[in-house]
Amino acid sequence: MENVVNAFKKIFDKKHRGRTVSYLIVFAAYILCEVMMLTGNMTSQIRNLLIPCCSYIVASLALNLCVGFSGELSLGHAGFLGVGAFSGAVISGLLVDTIPSGVVRLILAMLVAAALNALLGFLIGIPVLKLQGDYLAIVTLAFCQIIKSLINNIYLGYDNNGIQFSFVENKLALGEGAHTLISGPMGVTGSQRISNFTVGIVLIIIALVIIYNMMYSRNGRAIMAARDNRIAALSVGINVTDTKMLAFVISAALTGAAGALYGLSFSSLSPAKFDFNLSILILVYVVLGGLGNVTGTIIATVILYVLPEMLRSLQDYRMLIYAVILIAIMLITNNQKFIVLSNQFSEKMRNLFKKKGAENHE
Amino acid sequence: MVFFSYLISGIGLGSVYAIIALGYTMVYGIAKMLNFAHGDVIMVGAYVAFFMLSRFGLPVIPSVLITILATTLLGVTIERLAYKPLRNASKLSVLITAIGVSYFLQNGAQLLWTSSPKIFTSIVGNGSLSLFGGSLTVDYATLLTILVCIIVMVALTLFINHTSTGRAMRACSEDQGAAQLMGIDVNKTISITFAIGSGLAALASVLLCSKYPSISPTLGSMPGIKAFTAAVFGGIGSIPGAFIGGLILGIIENLSKAYISTQLSDAIVFAVLIIILLIKPTGLLGKPMSEKV
Repeated sequence: MENVVNAFKKIFDKKHRGRTVSYLIVFAAYILCEVMMLTGNMTSQIRNLLIPCCSYIVASLALNLCVGFSGELSLGHAGFLGVGAFSGAVISGLLVDTIPSGVVRLILAMLVAAALNALLGFLIGIPVLKLQGDYLAIVTLAFCQIIKSLINNIYLGYDNNGIQFSFVENKLALGEGAHTLISGPMGVTGSQRISNFTVGIVLIIIALVIIYNMMYSRNGRAIMAARDNRIAALSVGINVTDTKMLAFVISAALTGAAGALYGLSFSSLSPAKFDFNLSILILVYVVLGGLGNVTGTIIATVILYVLPEMLRSLQDYRMLIYAVILIAIMLITNNQKFIVLSNQFSEKMRNLFKKKGAENHE
Repeated sequence: MVFFSYLISGIGLGSVYAIIALGYTMVYGIAKMLNFAHGDVIMVGAYVAFFMLSRFGLPVIPSVLITILATTLLGVTIERLAYKPLRNASKLSVLITAIGVSYFLQNGAQLLWTSSPKIFTSIVGNGSLSLFGGSLTVDYATLLTILVCIIVMVALTLFINHTSTGRAMRACSEDQGAAQLMGIDVNKTISITFAIGSGLAALASVLLCSKYPSISPTLGSMPGIKAFTAAVFGGIGSIPGAFIGGLILGIIENLSKAYISTQLSDAIVFAVLIIILLIKPTGLLGKPMSEKV
């Protein structure tokens, strides 16, 4: 009995409260969406947003691991998303006859995408993590552009005789039973849309479990120590490069899985989508959600992803309004008066709760 | 000879990158911020120049002057409204604001001028100069670009090194606190830097569009990223670095387009950037960063 009480206390104590809230929000959102879908209250417009939204949430959680927890500004996560999306589409396309079940293929595609991205993240991480600050940001941006141009030039297909691959020029000569998987700048066309919302939610939960478990472990503390003060971290024996690499690789792998989920939710996919602007989009979610704040990241991603879609009725003005909102939020949250006021407000709220808590104890 | 013509057009392209890169590098040197909206200032400049030249039919020199005035005003306004309140904010907040400004300019341009591309008429015509009995031709736009770039570089170097404003700018980029103690108006210096950077953007836009005449609201983003890469290449914060970085980038891009592959030229440019940064982590002419305990 005492164990149960303690476990329960542990869920809601100060340290773990954020984690509990995150899980609760995800579950609540899942149940709400499922109920709305079952009762037919969900418009097809919103339904189409669900899976991309899940992948964006995972991607921004992963980026937050890199930017927020590890303190390395990466502008290259669109590249990881792209590799994830395309490798996922290829796996799904190759296995379409062998494994008829969509869910199994989706999970396999996500696993392969995650593994491939982990490897890629490791390889990119070796040179990137030697740099610091803005230079690191530029190099990740450069890698993103390189990945995009490379994907832009891949031609891949298979027929009854096997897989064919060509680079830069389309030299595919497919015979009987031909399937084109990637056709250069056209990207993937006519792939099966096998992503589903439940798998998306499960992926979010997995991402949360990984991030929270890591952050409350020795490695997580080392990552944050290396972010806060590199030299102090070095002096207490933390291998800064290794811990940063760990965060970077995990971030890349999660982004890859998110990319596979994203890619398989559309029937066609062009490499041009995975450019610098996509990296920026995810970065905006992370910064507005709060660096190192997991719950905030989830909420900000949902709001900012859905907002432009909701503003569709304003047509051409929507992105303009989005831009103004973005600038306004940054100006307001950095305004000295606003910071003082919000601190006072949170102080008051805290006092209020403390008093209530004290009364309850009596 | 073919090689030389590719080389010269590469230098022309690189000169445009160099002028744009100056805008990035000066702002970074002083305000320590990555001004992602710079590419979009170029786009606005291109539209202003287009309207002055083609719609209102003004002669070249007044049009260019009005364009310079317009982008300078735009740059100073952006700085005043969006960046100045964030002087003491975190780097990422400033970055996101710059991105917001960039979205704003792009979408504003799309509303005002629609997304269908307009055709810019070159300010020097489409003629070209024949050298060595016609075996080497260089078009006038490229020549003008190289010339303007050299003039800008010399003028800017003289300005930075020999005027009191230039001295104030150097002081601010080294230590803002100390500069303030010496009686330098830091805010004003930063505004002047933005004004110069944006004025140069106008020149860059006219030169860029004389060579590549199609203008659209997203015109600025790719040259923006390339020029930014050039600035990093040469060592961000360094003015000669921006010049050298821009030239090298333009030459590599053009030669790899000519001899390796058009589709892979971007990948090659960025790969060279990565290699340079691995060998010299602060760029070609960047000052080494020292870590203080």
